[in-house]
Amino acid sequence: MAHARPIATTRSATGIPTPRLAVWWILASEVVIFGGLLGAYLMHRIGHPEWAEAASHTQTWIGAVNTFVLLTSSFTAVLAHQAAEKGKGKEAAKLLAFTILGALTFLVIKSYEWTIEIMAGYTITANTFWSFYYTAAGLHALHVIAGAIIMGFIAVDAYRGRELHRVEIIGIYWHFVDVVWIFLFPLLYIAK
Amino acid sequence: MAETLAEVQKQEVHGHDHDHHDQGFVSKYIFSTDHKIIAMQYLFTGMLMGVIGGYMAYVFRMQLAFPGISVPGFGQVSPGEYNSLITNHGSIMIFWVAMPVLIAAFGNYLIPLMIGADDMVFPRINRLSFQVFFISSVVLLLSLFVEGGGFGGAWTSYPPLSASGDYNLTQLGASLWLIAVALEFVAFLLGGINFITTLMNSRAPGMKAYDIPMVCWMIVIASILFMLSVGPLLAGAVMLLFDQTLNTGFYDPARGGDPILWQHLFWFFGHPEVYVVLLPAIGITVDVMATFSRKKLFGYKLVLYTAVATGVLSFFVWAHHQFIAGIDPRMANVFTVTTLLISVPIAEMLFVMIATLYGGSITLTTPMLWALAFLAEFLIGGVTGIFLGASGADIYFHDTYFVLAHFHYTFFPIAIIGTFCAFTYWFPKMFGKMMNETLGKIHFWGTIIPFNFIFIPLFVLGMGGQHRRIYNFEHFPEIAGPEYFQLRQIATIALLIMLAFQVVFFFNVVMSWWKGEKAGKNPWKANTLEWTTESPPPHGNWPVEELPTVYRGPYEYGHPDREEDYWPQNLPG
Amino acid sequence: MLELVQASTYAADIDRLILFIGVIVGVWFLLAEGIFFWLIWKFRAKPGERTQYLDGTEKNVKKWITIPHALVLVCDVFILVGAVSVWYDVKQQLPDADSTIRVIGQQWAWTFQHPGADNELDTSDDIFTVNDLHVEVEKTYHFQLESRDVLHSFSVPVFRLKQDAIPGRSITGWFTPTRTGEHDVQCSEICGIGHGVMAARIHIEDANTHAAWITRSSAATTP
Ligand code: HEA
Ligand code: HEA
Ligand code: CUA
Ligand SMILES: [Cu+2]
Repeated sequence: MAHARPIATTRSATGIPTPRLAVWWILASEVVIFGGLLGAYLMHRIGHPEWAEAASHTQTWIGAVNTFVLLTSSFTAVLAHQAAEKGKGKEAAKLLAFTILGALTFLVIKSYEWTIEIMAGYTITANTFWSFYYTAAGLHALHVIAGAIIMGFIAVDAYRGRELHRVEIIGIYWHFVDVVWIFLFPLLYIAK
Repeated sequence: MAETLAEVQKQEVHGHDHDHHDQGFVSKYIFSTDHKIIAMQYLFTGMLMGVIGGYMAYVFRMQLAFPGISVPGFGQVSPGEYNSLITNHGSIMIFWVAMPVLIAAFGNYLIPLMIGADDMVFPRINRLSFQVFFISSVVLLLSLFVEGGGFGGAWTSYPPLSASGDYNLTQLGASLWLIAVALEFVAFLLGGINFITTLMNSRAPGMKAYDIPMVCWMIVIASILFMLSVGPLLAGAVMLLFDQTLNTGFYDPARGGDPILWQHLFWFFGHPEVYVVLLPAIGITVDVMATFSRKKLFGYKLVLYTAVATGVLSFFVWAHHQFIAGIDPRMANVFTVTTLLISVPIAEMLFVMIATLYGGSITLTTPMLWALAFLAEFLIGGVTGIFLGASGADIYFHDTYFVLAHFHYTFFPIAIIGTFCAFTYWFPKMFGKMMNETLGKIHFWGTIIPFNFIFIPLFVLGMGGQHRRIYNFEHFPEIAGPEYFQLRQIATIALLIMLAFQVVFFFNVVMSWWKGEKAGKNPWKANTLEWTTESPPPHGNWPVEELPTVYRGPYEYGHPDREEDYWPQNLPG
Repeated sequence: MLELVQASTYAADIDRLILFIGVIVGVWFLLAEGIFFWLIWKFRAKPGERTQYLDGTEKNVKKWITIPHALVLVCDVFILVGAVSVWYDVKQQLPDADSTIRVIGQQWAWTFQHPGADNELDTSDDIFTVNDLHVEVEKTYHFQLESRDVLHSFSVPVFRLKQDAIPGRSITGWFTPTRTGEHDVQCSEICGIGHGVMAARIHIEDANTHAAWITRSSAATTP
């Protein structure tokens, strides 16, 4: 069956292209998911000063490196968007590939970090701080994985010069994933 | 960008003409991306779930009225089964009947048609939404048959009971229930994106914000409410699932967790959720009442603004479910204030509906009867909410049958009366045939009268101290007397009568669909755009060249400048 | 209607509040339904009659919404005052106690710890009972509510008292019984398959009977 796109999709009563509108609404729903999780964490953290001890076993340096990796990947996502705006599909695809590389680096570092922690006995059940730590970081990592996969498809399309407007959409999403990490990093690693 | 859009459009216009005539059954009805087919899928799944939820109510009401008997069609009800039945009855009725029917089915069906579009903006996401929903229904039903039985910790699923198989004795059932609910939320998030963006962007040329039929507004406001409130609960559900399966301690006080956290996350969603289902029902009845009283809505903007105000306020009332749950008693006062305040916008909405009747010309067709009954019955549910919102009175009423009767007097009008209203009103459009009015009225009275006989006794029982989720009251001598049992039996017998009358409904649907009188485009002489196309509408809703343009609001009935008493939105002039 | 005795100092206050709310919303309810049905009757379709074209935005018409709007707000304030004052009395303040008991919920029974002859909790003469709570009439009690496993809710309908029990916390509340008798104690928070059998009895006794019970029970529990 041909994927005939309905006329509805081509309309824009608000003047904002529908995909961009949609991604903002998706982000709104994501914000409350992470907001709920982090809010719950914060409430507990305030109620349990002794968690600082557990938090001191997080690998702050590794977290910092990962922050840098994600920020860089967001930057290449911006460049990809610019390239796409100019209609340079191949270049956009290349830049997206860099972003995906950033995502993969992030995940590899994360696995390494978790391995150290788990080996040291800080598993998800060790105490409720670690439960929050793995749940929040894990949920974020899932978003990184999902973003990387979608970006892969968009990069392939972009390489062939198709659906270039999607480069911007995934970029917005990617910045969001980045911002979530910017919240997670100080809350989980730095606050000791 | 502009270039690509135009190109796409050209391509689509061609795509439409020869795309959809020769599809097989599977691609046409199972994997279709057509919003009308997806609406039907939601509708029939919801209807089936409604019958299951009603069956459950029948089984546990029989147990309550005649404890210990072998219920025909089920057998003896054990305490564990009883808990599982009420839990899943509540969950099914809210998440698998009210939401899929009022929001997903009618939202899908009506939004594109009423705003003059050929489909949703993201048809494939739409299809995905239904598929996820369908899987969630299967998971839920499966959970009833696993080892240990279905989850029985109430639809609110409070930990620690829900967090550990040691406590609830339904390890697997509890996890499957939770997964099913979470999947259902995901389905509605996906659906919501579609509703919101479609309404925002894909309106017919000329259709301004205040020309949108109220039901579309309400479904979209409900979707936004849902989207903004469900997130924390989704996070909470992940945490609860980890507690159940990985043995973390998020909700375990012995390990630094807090069981009350779940209650906050649940009700932060749970209260907006009740307005998520209320608003679409109001939208439906408002539209139907305008049509059959041939009146312009008494204050279009008022309804819209009060709906938004209700939505905003609903985020600040959640702890009225937790007055006596161990929260700080000073906090209860804040929530009493917000809870009482919410009566203002809702009262205003209802007053507008009543005022709309003034100066009208009212015909009591079946859909109109349902719409009027919605208002009459919902008022009871609404005002009894005030008793519960008053913290001092809720000390006594909390978790009694008074609460139960309160919310059945809101939910039943919404989910059952509202659904029947919408179903009978849009049936001609959906299936191209008129429904039989006599059968429709028999079904109406056969549902409404028993309904009151079910739940008025439950108010009385609640005031008499009967508490919820008890499979057999004989252990509580004060509420096990014969007067109490008489009331329970009245409720159960009324339920049996009501269920019997549902047969009339299904008979009517089948017969009307099969042999009913042809409906034509606009049998009710209504203004909104869905009535300007064929019944049932073809794929794409209108021929491409005839997609409507809008010239006025949806409620121009009895306009002095016009001969006829209605003025369709798409007529120039 | 089912009559339930009032057996605590605040039971009558709560009942009065309920009645007060009932009257206010009852009037509104009857008014709204009355007007509603009257309109349906008055404006039933008659052949050849045109409907009025009103959209509720003109001032003189809009008042039909704005005046009730203001009145509902006023009623809300009255209800609020009533609700909060009762709430304050029952839940926010704590009168001095003549005696303190501990109430412990667990799947699926209530354990009551009475202070015994010395009227002092957590001493060796404490009296533990399962599913039977003994209190003396006209004495003010504090209760410390605890749970050993899941949530339960300590509910005494004749007192109009209800409070959830939460594992890991001890919640303090109070009551003063005002008449003797034997009544139900419910668990009103679902707590598993035995929720329906988690019933207890409260025995409200006059001073003599209560003293006799204490002596009897102390004798039974002393080693
Ligand atoms: C769609 C469903 C729905 C709707 C619309 C409502 C509407 C309201 N509900 Fe209800 N409620 C539920 C579904 C709903 N509720 C459910 C499911 C539960 C129980 C969950 C569980 O525990 O399992 C519950 C429980 C519940 C509680 C907790 C009780 C307890 O467990 O102790 C409270 C307490 O404040 C409450 C209050 C209200 C109020 C104030 C409104 C208001 O919105 C009502 C406003 C409407 C009116 C007031 C009527 C119109 C106004 C007038 C006619 C004017 C006159 C009025 C005044 C002067 C005030 N509800
Ligand atoms: C939308 C919500 C909804 C609806 C409609 C109902 C409908 C009914 N409910 Fe339910 N109920 C709940 C939501 C709902 N309930 C919730 C949330 C709980 C709390 C659970 C808990 O404590 O955890 C509850 C609990 C509950 C209890 C308390 C159990 C207990 O605490 O021990 C009782 C007891 O009598 C009860 C009875 C009934 C009855 C007799 C009906 C009857 O009205 C049912 C009649 C059924 C029908 C008439 C079905 C008709 C439907 C169709 C024919 C399909 C039509 C579809 C289309 C046209 C698309 N319900
Ligand atoms: Cu203990 Cu219910
Ligand atoms: Cu609520």
